[in-house]
Amino acid sequence: MKHLLPITLRINGEIHDVLVPPWRTLLEVLRESLGLTGTKRSCQEGQCGTCTVLIDGKPINSCLYLAIEAQGRDILTIEGLSKADAHLHQIQKSFVQKGGIQCGFCTPGLVLATKALLIDNPDPSEDEIREAIVGHLCRCTGYFQIVEAIQDAAREMARQGSG
Amino acid sequence: MDEEFRNEYNILGRPVPKKDGWLKVSGQAEYADDIFLPGMLHGKLLRSPHPHARILNVDISKAAALAGVRAVVMGKDFPGLKYGNIPQTRDYLPLAIDRVRYIGEEVAAVAAIDEDTAEEALDLIRVDYEPLSAIFDPEDAVQLGAPQLHDHAAGNIAGHSAFHFGDVESGFAASEYIREDVFETQPIKHGMLEPHACVGQWDSSGKITLWSCKMSPYVVWRQLAMGLGIEPGKIRIIQTFVGGGFSGGKQEAMPMDFCAVMLSRKTGRPVKFVHTMEEVLTIGHMRHPMKIWLRTGVTKDGKLQAQHCKLTANGGAYSSIGQFSMYLAGAMLNLPYRVPNIKYEAQRIYTNNGFCGALRGHTIPQICYARDSQLDIIAENLGFDPIEIRRRNAIQQGDTTSNGFRITTFGFDECLERVAEASKWHEKRGKLPKWRGIGVGCGSLISGARLMGHSASAAEIRVQEDGSVQLTTGSTDVGQGADTVLSMIAAEVLGVEVDDVRFPRVDTDNTPVDPGTFGSRVTFWTGNAVKRAAEDARQQLAEMAAQKLRVDPQDLVFRDRQVFSRKDQQQRVGLKELVRWGEFHLGRVIAGRGAYAAGEELIDFRTGFGNLSPAYTPSACVVEVEVDPETGHVTITGIWGADDSGFPLNPLAVKGQVLGATVMCIGQALYENLIRVEGKVMNPSLRAYKMPLSTDVPKLADVEHISVITWEPSGPFGAKEAGEGAGTGVLAAVANAIYDATGVRMKSLPMSPDRIRFALKQKNEKESAGKGSSVAAE
Repeated sequence: MKHLLPITLRINGEIHDVLVPPWRTLLEVLRESLGLTGTKRSCQEGQCGTCTVLIDGKPINSCLYLAIEAQGRDILTIEGLSKADAHLHQIQKSFVQKGGIQCGFCTPGLVLATKALLIDNPDPSEDEIREAIVGHLCRCTGYFQIVEAIQDAAREMARQGSG
Repeated sequence: MDEEFRNEYNILGRPVPKKDGWLKVSGQAEYADDIFLPGMLHGKLLRSPHPHARILNVDISKAAALAGVRAVVMGKDFPGLKYGNIPQTRDYLPLAIDRVRYIGEEVAAVAAIDEDTAEEALDLIRVDYEPLSAIFDPEDAVQLGAPQLHDHAAGNIAGHSAFHFGDVESGFAASEYIREDVFETQPIKHGMLEPHACVGQWDSSGKITLWSCKMSPYVVWRQLAMGLGIEPGKIRIIQTFVGGGFSGGKQEAMPMDFCAVMLSRKTGRPVKFVHTMEEVLTIGHMRHPMKIWLRTGVTKDGKLQAQHCKLTANGGAYSSIGQFSMYLAGAMLNLPYRVPNIKYEAQRIYTNNGFCGALRGHTIPQICYARDSQLDIIAENLGFDPIEIRRRNAIQQGDTTSNGFRITTFGFDECLERVAEASKWHEKRGKLPKWRGIGVGCGSLISGARLMGHSASAAEIRVQEDGSVQLTTGSTDVGQGADTVLSMIAAEVLGVEVDDVRFPRVDTDNTPVDPGTFGSRVTFWTGNAVKRAAEDARQQLAEMAAQKLRVDPQDLVFRDRQVFSRKDQQQRVGLKELVRWGEFHLGRVIAGRGAYAAGEELIDFRTGFGNLSPAYTPSACVVEVEVDPETGHVTITGIWGADDSGFPLNPLAVKGQVLGATVMCIGQALYENLIRVEGKVMNPSLRAYKMPLSTDVPKLADVEHISVITWEPSGPFGAKEAGEGAGTGVLAAVANAIYDATGVRMKSLPMSPDRIRFALKQKNEKESAGKGSSVAAE
């Protein structure tokens, strides 16, 4: 195969060496080369937010981000969020407990967007929450229980003193 | 009544988080696109660029020769058998053979080593078409001499439904006020975020396996068999997680499913297909756009006397379940109101557009939009408060409607009362500042339908030696919470915890046959079947416990994973121990079975008479809006909804479903529209097809969902439909609120800024053309 480039990606704290054509998106490499299928593929044009991952703590649409650009950066996918202690992250717990999940297809992207929001702003207002997730479509919930889940996560994380 | 039931049940009635939430929130839930099998190939579909054409020749030679392409199939690789839902209207083919009828119809398919190669190969397939004249508007399609889409459907009539109950002429004669209006609705898409996806395998023994995100796997099982001309026993459908359903094609076999298995047969490899969002938005499956003419007669005291409805639906190129769609809109025309005389005439017309079918609420939201908009016009002209006119006509428990619906529980009065209270209706109506308004809309839904085909549900339960419970049904969780509520029912009966119950997804080789998820049937029908299966298992356990404890089985109580005698609570055995004892000493396998069929009676679709569902839910919705007169933009500032879902078994899930359905209908009311020009979808992307965003819905403090609790005797533990029905009144509620805010009556959807601006302009022109005094109305 021609056009293949060796690249190194740091994903969820682990180093991965992969050979990819330079035009492959981070979404494609995560899912197809590395089997990290928790990142979902939907509209593939940056409108729905299902493919969201964090790059150096900032949410991006991995369908619009070339894998080669992600070299040298910290990539966090949904698989990496709760790896450290085998327990779910508080954000994940809040999504489950507050009914923020129905079909679940938007969930990984929304959980990571919440993570990014709460790093920057541990005590967001309802409006700030809605702004932070405006790039994420959800057809099941009408967003209300997602907003409640994010509020609950912020409250619980503040109480536990975790970030 | 509420508290009484909550106290009686150990599990039901409490908010229980979704069972599969842990998998979904950690990215471990495997959807169809997440399947990567060894040697798997990737498929792509070639689609017709013409709205109507004859296929003269398909040349696949260049595509087949492209490096990386493993196989190509076209229509004639299949046996030419039509498949579909209703026997008289089956008109789907796996791939078109000699004719295409809409832009996007599937013509050929390629399997290659990757998606890019498959895509490239599509460009190398040469199809010679002879374009035929096409029709897009149903009114043109029924004219003499119009191009005909299907040989079996003269005049392009894809389906019709007509009935007459009571006598509308005498009803209108007895009316003191008669109103006629025409309403139009638009095509909208389901908007599920997971595109259709499947992996197909046809092995050398002749066994076909399809992994796919199906809402109704057994429907797919039968349809695949039908279209392939083989026995269903050779087919195995394995349901994956479903990333949103809403009947957006995942309830049926689709061309991709046929092509995946056929390409697998040709290559000996599993083949995956995943639609792009452009494909999802281009192909058929959408809500029927309709033109609804409605004539309603009413007495001076606001009592509805007669309704006559003529409806034309633009059905698109194929039937889907359209015949039923037409019946349903008329059958639900008057619900939740008493109307003694009803006449209904509906036609679904074939046109060269993507075809229409079911979508959350099916054809009920459209009819409720027309009827409840008109009801507000009537109320205004007769000087009634909109809630008062609804109250005066409310169907009551024990009624039989003119078309034979037997109304059991129906807390519609309470829905109206409580939604008025929650929204502060009486403080706000007529008293809001300029450009703000409040409106009400109501609707009703069935709790599953008695259909001509497969209606009944089945469930099986095994209690295992660790005390855990394996619950299998052919019904599916599509995110609505079936996994959780059905597990809750089993746990309630068996005295275990919800976490003790496993709910594997459907695998047609292992699960009981069941029609699947549609028409708000699962909690009610499958819930009843699960309850009976659990009771059967409990009976088997009770017999063993009675033998072991030497007590009367009638006295046994199942609670906290224990079985004990209510007469002497010391007489007890752990469930785990009991099952092991039975296995070891008696060779017993605890396997309970349950079924639910809601009686034998069926609707007579020729007359429209009959009791469609075992139970009906009413709902009432109040919406408050603010309209920007400069831009025509509508902001929803508050939503209050009340619905009677019997006894809500899992209030957390009911709330999520109800609010989700409400927001989906706000999307239809204000933003969404699949724009077609000469059959071509002009906005096939989520950028251009506008669904509600998190910032488009009101703040939490301005949103309330009220469960009106009735005790539905035929429902499992008192439950009825929840979620789908709550959307039915929303379209009219928004239209009525916009009228209250602006004085413009929006009779077509969506009520988008441009249309509102135009209507305001027209109103102003009309008023200035009239007297100067009308300025005061501003």
